[in-house]
Amino acid sequence: MRYLPKSPAEREEMLAVVGAKNAADLFSSVPEKYRLKKALNLPGPLSEAEIIQYFKARAAENSLGYTSFLGAGVYNHLRSVITDTIIQRGEFLTSYTPYQAEITQGTLQAIFEFQTLMCQLTGQEVANASMYDGSTAATEAVLMAERLTSRRRVLVARSVHPEYRSVLKTYAKNSGLLVEEIAAQPDGTIDSKALQATLKDDVAAVLVQSPNFFGVIEPVAQLADAVHKSGTLLVVSTTEAVSLGALKPPAEADIVAMEGQSFGLAPSYGGPYVGVIASREKFLRQMPGRLAGQTTDSSGRRGFVLTLATREQHIRREKATSNICTNQALCALAATVHLCLLGKEGLREMAHQNLSKARFALAELEKIPGVRRSFDAPFFNEFTIELPRSVKLVNAQLLRDKIVGPFVLGTAYPELTKHALVCVTETINRAEIERFAGCLRVALEQPI
Amino acid sequence: MPYPASYRYTTQHEWIDVKDNVGTIGITDYAQHELGDVVFVELPKPGAKVEAGKTFGNVESVKAVSEIYAPVSGEVLEANADLEASPEKLNSDPHTAAWLIRVKLADPSQLSKLMDAKAYEAFIAAKDKEASA
Amino acid sequence: MTEDFKKASRNVSQNEGLIFEKSSPGKRAFELPPLDVPDADAAKALGGYFRDEGVTGFPEVSEIEVLRHFTRLSTWNYAIDLGMYPLGSCTMKYNPRVNEFVARLDGIATEHPYQPQELSQGCLKIIKLLEDCLLEITGMDSITLQPAAGAQGELTGLLLIRAYLEKQGNPRKKVLIPDSAHGTNPATAVIACYQVENIKSESHGQIDVDKLRELVTEDVAALMITNPSTLGIFEPRIAEIADILHRRGALLYMDGANMNALTGITRPGDMGVDVMHLNLHKTFSTPHGGGGPGAGPVAMKKILEPFRPVPVLIEKEGGHLTRDFNRPESIGRVKAFSGNFGVLVRALAYILAYGPGVRQATEDAVLNATYIRKKLEGVFDLPYSLPSMHEVVFSDAIQKKNGVNTMDIAKRLIDYGFHPYTTAFPLIVPGALMIEPTESESREECDLFIDAMKSIAHEAATNPQVVKTAPHSTRVGRLDETTAARKPILRWKPTPSRSEAAD
Repeated sequence: MRYLPKSPAEREEMLAVVGAKNAADLFSSVPEKYRLKKALNLPGPLSEAEIIQYFKARAAENSLGYTSFLGAGVYNHLRSVITDTIIQRGEFLTSYTPYQAEITQGTLQAIFEFQTLMCQLTGQEVANASMYDGSTAATEAVLMAERLTSRRRVLVARSVHPEYRSVLKTYAKNSGLLVEEIAAQPDGTIDSKALQATLKDDVAAVLVQSPNFFGVIEPVAQLADAVHKSGTLLVVSTTEAVSLGALKPPAEADIVAMEGQSFGLAPSYGGPYVGVIASREKFLRQMPGRLAGQTTDSSGRRGFVLTLATREQHIRREKATSNICTNQALCALAATVHLCLLGKEGLREMAHQNLSKARFALAELEKIPGVRRSFDAPFFNEFTIELPRSVKLVNAQLLRDKIVGPFVLGTAYPELTKHALVCVTETINRAEIERFAGCLRVALEQPI
Repeated sequence: MPYPASYRYTTQHEWIDVKDNVGTIGITDYAQHELGDVVFVELPKPGAKVEAGKTFGNVESVKAVSEIYAPVSGEVLEANADLEASPEKLNSDPHTAAWLIRVKLADPSQLSKLMDAKAYEAFIAAKDKEASA
Repeated sequence: MTEDFKKASRNVSQNEGLIFEKSSPGKRAFELPPLDVPDADAAKALGGYFRDEGVTGFPEVSEIEVLRHFTRLSTWNYAIDLGMYPLGSCTMKYNPRVNEFVARLDGIATEHPYQPQELSQGCLKIIKLLEDCLLEITGMDSITLQPAAGAQGELTGLLLIRAYLEKQGNPRKKVLIPDSAHGTNPATAVIACYQVENIKSESHGQIDVDKLRELVTEDVAALMITNPSTLGIFEPRIAEIADILHRRGALLYMDGANMNALTGITRPGDMGVDVMHLNLHKTFSTPHGGGGPGAGPVAMKKILEPFRPVPVLIEKEGGHLTRDFNRPESIGRVKAFSGNFGVLVRALAYILAYGPGVRQATEDAVLNATYIRKKLEGVFDLPYSLPSMHEVVFSDAIQKKNGVNTMDIAKRLIDYGFHPYTTAFPLIVPGALMIEPTESESREECDLFIDAMKSIAHEAATNPQVVKTAPHSTRVGRLDETTAARKPILRWKPTPSRSEAAD
C-alpha cells in the first residue's frame, strides 16, 4: 500500500525484534472473542487515479453549471490562488496545535496576525484563535455572557440565522439557560419596543445578527445603549464578514461572534469554516478557545506562545470555559492570508462591489410586476423580496434555466412563504443578474 | 523565608493573621514555591461570604490552577487589588504585601483548629521528606 | 549530539516581521474585475452605518510580499511532511495529498449547503458512503457526521444519552470519567449538565472493575472510557464494564481518539459500547492544519438513533438521497449546515485508498509503537507493563535523578530533528513521555528516533545541562510564558508616531 513505508521483510524483522510471530500477536490484549474474523466490508482499495475519478463523478451530480443567488450564511466570494498555495504548504497543513512554541513560530505568528485583523475589523480589543464556525461562536458568546453576568435569561432576535438559533437551543436546553425570541419590526430590524419591554436586570445577553438573516443592518450602537441600561451584554453575530469592509464595526457590542467563511474559504457544502469571538479586554478570562500572545525568548528576541491556557479544558478540565480543543486553525490561516492580500483597499472595494451589485439586482427585480422589497432598513449584499406566489414553485421553474434561486424564507419562517432572500456578491456579473430577472419575470408570468 | 510566629496556618498552605476580629489571609511561601511563577489571582468581592475549609478563589501559574481555601468563615471586607496588576508579588512577598483578602471573622473559635508557625514548619518538613523518599 | 547526526542538519532561516510592519499606503496584492453595474453611493445607501475610511490598521502590501511573508513563517514550523511527529494521542499520520486535491474540485468545494437536494446528490452520496464505511469500521448501528471536532462529538454523544435517559423517565446526574481521560471529557460532561465523578485507575492503569461496580448507581448516566486508554493499553474487560453499566440502566460512551489502534482488528460496537465519537483528523488522516479543522462523527446503537441531530440523511426509493428535518425526538443541531463536509471528503478518500486493507495500517501503527517500546525499555522508565497498542507511555523517573524532566527531553528532541512526543499526559503518570509513531514511519525513521532518544538519555546522565537548556538549534529559544500570561499582548498595535506621542 502506497502510504505505508515498510517492505514485507522489514515487517518480519521488526516483528522478530519485538518477539511476535506475526501481526496478530501484537493484539494479544484484545480478547479473541472480539477480534474480527473477516476483513471489513469497505469499498477499495483505490489507486489515486480511481479516487479522483470517484469524486469527479460525484461532483458531476452536483450543481456545476448553475448560477446561484444563495447566501443565507454562506457566501461565494473571489479567492486568490495565493491563499490555497500557502495553506497547502506542508509546514502549515501537516503541523499540530502549536504547543511546542520553538518549532511552531510560523503558526503562532499567523494566529497573532489573525487575532489582530479580527480586532481591527470588529473594533473589539481582543479576539481568539478561532471557534468551529459562526453558529458555535454565537452560542459560546452567549454562554460567555452568562458566565460574566451570572444571569440565566437570553433574548435572541428572531432575525438571527435560524440554524444558529437551533445550535444555541441545543446547548442551552439542559443548562437552565432560558432563551426567548424577539420578533422583527416591519423594517426588518429587531422590534425595539418588544425588546425594551422584555429587557430586565435578569437578562444576561441580547443576541442580534447584523446584517441580519433578512439582510438588513441592525442599529448596533443604539441597541447597545438600550441593552446596557439593564447591565445586559450585547452580543453581535455576523455571518457576512465582507460587510465589515463597508459598515462601521460593532465596537459598541460587548462580544462579537463572527463567521469568517467569506474570507477566502470555499462554501464546501457547509464547512469547514472559521468562527471568531472578539470582545473587550476586561472579559478576556471568560473567553473560550485558544489565544496566541507575544513574548520574548531567552535572548530577548520576539516570539509567540499560546497563552492564558488555564481557561482551557486540558488544564481546568471540568471547570474550563468551554470544551473546545481542536479549532479551525487552517481556516483561520486562510482568512489571514486572504485579508492580507485584500488589504485595506481590496476589502473596501470588494464590499463596495457587493453593495453596488445587490442594489442593481434589487432594481432589476423590482421592475417585475408583483415583486417588491419586504423590508426597508439598509442592507449590504442580501435583501428580501416578496413574490406574488410561493418561492418554492418559482425556484423549481428557475432550475430549468440553470439558476439556483434565492433562499426560501418560508422554510424557517412559516409566515414568509412568499418571501425570498436574494444574495448578490462580486462573483455575479451583470449579465447573470439580468438573466435572473428575465427568467423570474417569465416564471411569474406562467400559469401555476 | 521565615513563617511569622503570630500567624496561624492550614494544611492547604494558607496563613491568617488576626487583629481585632479581622483576619488577613494569604498563601504561604511553601505554597508559592510549589505553584511556580504566579500569573493571575482570582479573589472574591467585598461583601462575599467565605466558609472555613471551602474554596474562595484561585491562583494560576502558566500551566496550573490551584484553589485557595478559607482558614475561617466570615465576610470579605477587602481583596488585595494590587495583585491584579502585579501577581508576581505572590512569589516575592507572600507573607506581607501579597495578602489576598481581609475577612471579618464569624467564629473566632475556628482559629484554634489551625497550626501555629512551629507546627506548620514541622508539617512541611515532613511533606518534603515524604517527597524525597 | 554529534554534528553528523543523520536526521538533522543546519539550515538558514529567514527573519520576518509582522505583516503590519511591512505595510505602506497604496500597495495592494489583490485586484477585482472592474465593476460592471452602476456604482452605488455607499454613504447614501448605508447612511450612518457607512465605514467611510476602510478598516484602520489593515495591511497594505503586494502579492510577492504576502507570499514571502507566509512562506517564511511556514519554514519556522515542524510538520509531518518533514519527519516523524510522535505526539501521543494525536495520531499524526501522513495526510495524503490526493485528499486535498479532491476536496478542492469544482462541484465539491463550490457547493452551497442550501442548494436543492436534486443538485446535491453527489455531496449526499459522499456523506452516505462515509456513514456506511464508519458504521462498518465501528460496528455501530447509526451515525451523525455533524459534529465539528472530537469535543463536539463528545457533547453530542452525552446529549444523546441524556435524551434517551430522559425518555426513560430520569436523565440521571453523574458521568463517570477515569483519571487517565482527555481533559475534554470532564469539560464536555459539564456542558451536558452532568456532574463529573473521577474514577481512579488500578495499579495496572486500567479501570478498577470491582470499584466500578460499587460506583454505578441509579444516579450514573454513563461512563466515558477511552479504549485503548491514554496509556496505550487495551481494556480487555470492556464488555464486562458495559454489562455493569447496562444492568443499572447506564450507558457506555467511548472516546474514539485512539481508534487507530483498533481499525480493522476489532469493533467497539461488538464490545458493548453504546455511543462513541471518531476523530477524522486523527484516525482518518485529515490534516491537523496547526490545530484544526477536524470532524467528530458520533456512531451509536439503535436505542439512541431517534435522538440524532437534525437533519438526518435518508435514502429513498431509487437511491435518491434526501435530508429529514422532521425528527421530533432529536437533540437538535450542534452545528450549522452539514458538518465539516470538506473534512468528510478527505476522510472518505483515505478510506477508499485502503479499503479492507486499512487493517495493515493499524498493524503497522502498533508494530511501530511496540518496536520503539522494546528498544527504549530500560533506557526510560516504563511505569505500566501491559502490552502497548498504538502508543507507549514512558516516564522521566530515571532522568529525573539528574534533574532532567520530560519537557527537557522533549525540547532536546527538537535539536535531533523530531517533533516532541506528548509531555506530562496522561496525568496518572508523573513526568509522562507519550509516544505515538503511527503507521506512517519507516523502520529507518523509527531507528533514528530511537537513536536520538538513547543519545538524549546519555546526555541526561553525562551532561544534563545541555538537555535542560534545549533546544539549541531553533529560531527562538525557550519563550517567556510567564510574562506572556501576566501581561498579555494578544494583538499588534501601531507604535504611536512622534507627533502623536507628543499630543
